[in-house]
Amino acid sequence: MTTTDVQKSVEAPVQKSKVKRRKFDPWGAVAWIVGLGFFFPVFWMVLTAFKHEVDAYTTTPKFFFVPTLDEFKAVFDQGVGTALLNSLFATTVSTILVLALGVPAAFALSLRPVRKTQDALFFFMSTKMLPVVAAIIPLYVIVSNIGLLDNIWALIILYTSMNLPIAVWMMRSFFLEVPGELLEAASLDGASTWRAVREVILPLVSPGIAATALICVIFAWNEFFFAVNLTAVQAQTMPVFLVGFIAGEGLYWAKLCAAATMAALPVVLAGWVAQNKLVRGLSFGAIK
Amino acid sequence: MTTIERQDLTEAEHVARIKKAQDPGVSRAEGWRLRGPLLPALIFMIVVTQIPFLFTLYYSTLSWNLVRPGSRKFVGLQNYIDVVGDSTFWQVAINTVLMIVITVLVSVVLGLLLALLLDRVFLGRGVVRTLLITPFLVTPVAGALMWKTAMLDPVFGIVNWVLSPFGVHNVDWVSRFPLTSVMINLVWQWTPFMMLLILAGLQSMPKDILEAGRVDGAGAFQLFRELTLSHLRRFIELGTVLGAVYLVNTFDAVYMMTQGGPGTASANLPFYIYQRAFLGFDIGQAAAMGVIVVIFTMVIASFALRLIFKSFSGKEEAA
Repeated sequence: MTTTDVQKSVEAPVQKSKVKRRKFDPWGAVAWIVGLGFFFPVFWMVLTAFKHEVDAYTTTPKFFFVPTLDEFKAVFDQGVGTALLNSLFATTVSTILVLALGVPAAFALSLRPVRKTQDALFFFMSTKMLPVVAAIIPLYVIVSNIGLLDNIWALIILYTSMNLPIAVWMMRSFFLEVPGELLEAASLDGASTWRAVREVILPLVSPGIAATALICVIFAWNEFFFAVNLTAVQAQTMPVFLVGFIAGEGLYWAKLCAAATMAALPVVLAGWVAQNKLVRGLSFGAIK
Repeated sequence: MTTIERQDLTEAEHVARIKKAQDPGVSRAEGWRLRGPLLPALIFMIVVTQIPFLFTLYYSTLSWNLVRPGSRKFVGLQNYIDVVGDSTFWQVAINTVLMIVITVLVSVVLGLLLALLLDRVFLGRGVVRTLLITPFLVTPVAGALMWKTAMLDPVFGIVNWVLSPFGVHNVDWVSRFPLTSVMINLVWQWTPFMMLLILAGLQSMPKDILEAGRVDGAGAFQLFRELTLSHLRRFIELGTVLGAVYLVNTFDAVYMMTQGGPGTASANLPFYIYQRAFLGFDIGQAAAMGVIVVIFTMVIASFALRLIFKSFSGKEEAA
């Protein structure tokens, strides 16, 4: 059984009461207003990105205007391409590495648990609680000594280490939902453990792995602290590009919003897709 | 069937499996075969996260300034004495604590209210939920940029425009209330996080308990306080400690909105350490401050770890 079944069974009574109550709920209206309020800065960012500068600077906010793609073009002219590619590369490769290291580890901590499983889990989580700021100085020294300063691979390694604990915990919680007998049955049939995992377990947990990957993508794409300290021009990611852009284009809001939209949009979409599993990732699998 | 019950079930199975794996009859080779898949991840994490930290400890005992070659020498605990005697450090430390405590408190309260709203049935609930989680997804640098410019700008900002009927005119929020401005951005970003955790709690709540309470004649407020809040407690606790652990690292918002200024009015420890290390090149003292932040974080983190392990074993559900 997957989580979606559980979620359905939890939400089922709610669905029923929907039929009973057809009348207007004022609290629903309140929820809509608050929701739109929270969303407003993002909406405004996207809207302003399509404005001419002249429409962006108005003491009374302008909601209606002639849209333009000029500002996006201007951002591309400023070399956003490199930053986009860097972000894409760092995010993709680090997420693949996280899965390559994390899926086996999660398996070894759930379905075929090793000794001291609790200790290993504790260790993974505690690394996530160490403030990164305490490690940045030696990281800078080490990275510059091995010649990886302003090199995207430095970020890839760090993003892998940043997301691996979350991924291990999250994927472990998905593995634990697989009935143990399945693996036993497969091994009784004479299949090797690896084959049993590949053919029986992995298809079952693949939605969970996909959700984990999306959450890793969000965190890696949004990361700024390592990126700003360890990269400059060649390996800069989108958040670093945005900061540099502000220094140069501080007075051009429409252009800034176009750049910010390009930085934010991919992960917002990833997050919307993964929203049902977001809680599990954020709470290390403790809450489903 | 609730999620919690499932958790108990799988956890019991899991413990049984661990017991089985720990059978002394299991051979050494079998042990290594089980451990095999775990080792690459474990070794990677030890190398990448623990070694730099050991270096931080070592650097914190050095007097080392990058712009003065040959200045690297052992000074023992002198850096720590200097840091503790530095009044700026204390101001920044207080800022850090304020930023964490206020942001977490406000986000938890707002998150609770929003979760209660979203737990109701209304048209477009899924859409509203999607809108509400967006601030948490937006690249923090982009979010902070929007707050600094489009929202809080003294002349063209939306906030002043909205407040102008109430007699607020051209307030330069970011320079007059730098710390508050940063916190507004952080609350905006973290409320969705709290909301999601608390909403998960609300939806895992057995509905029959509330029914039973209503039958017993309890009022709405009483029901909420006695049943809902006590059920939500562990979700709120978890949100609080996780939020605090993540907020210790706040850097993007400060960097983007105020650069810690004016002076150090809105600087927090990560930003101050960054300034000392990468703009002041004072490696020794910055490392010492890093160690102090770690100790501070470990106090909060120990609560977080205990809570997460508790929710896995599901013990408090029986109580």
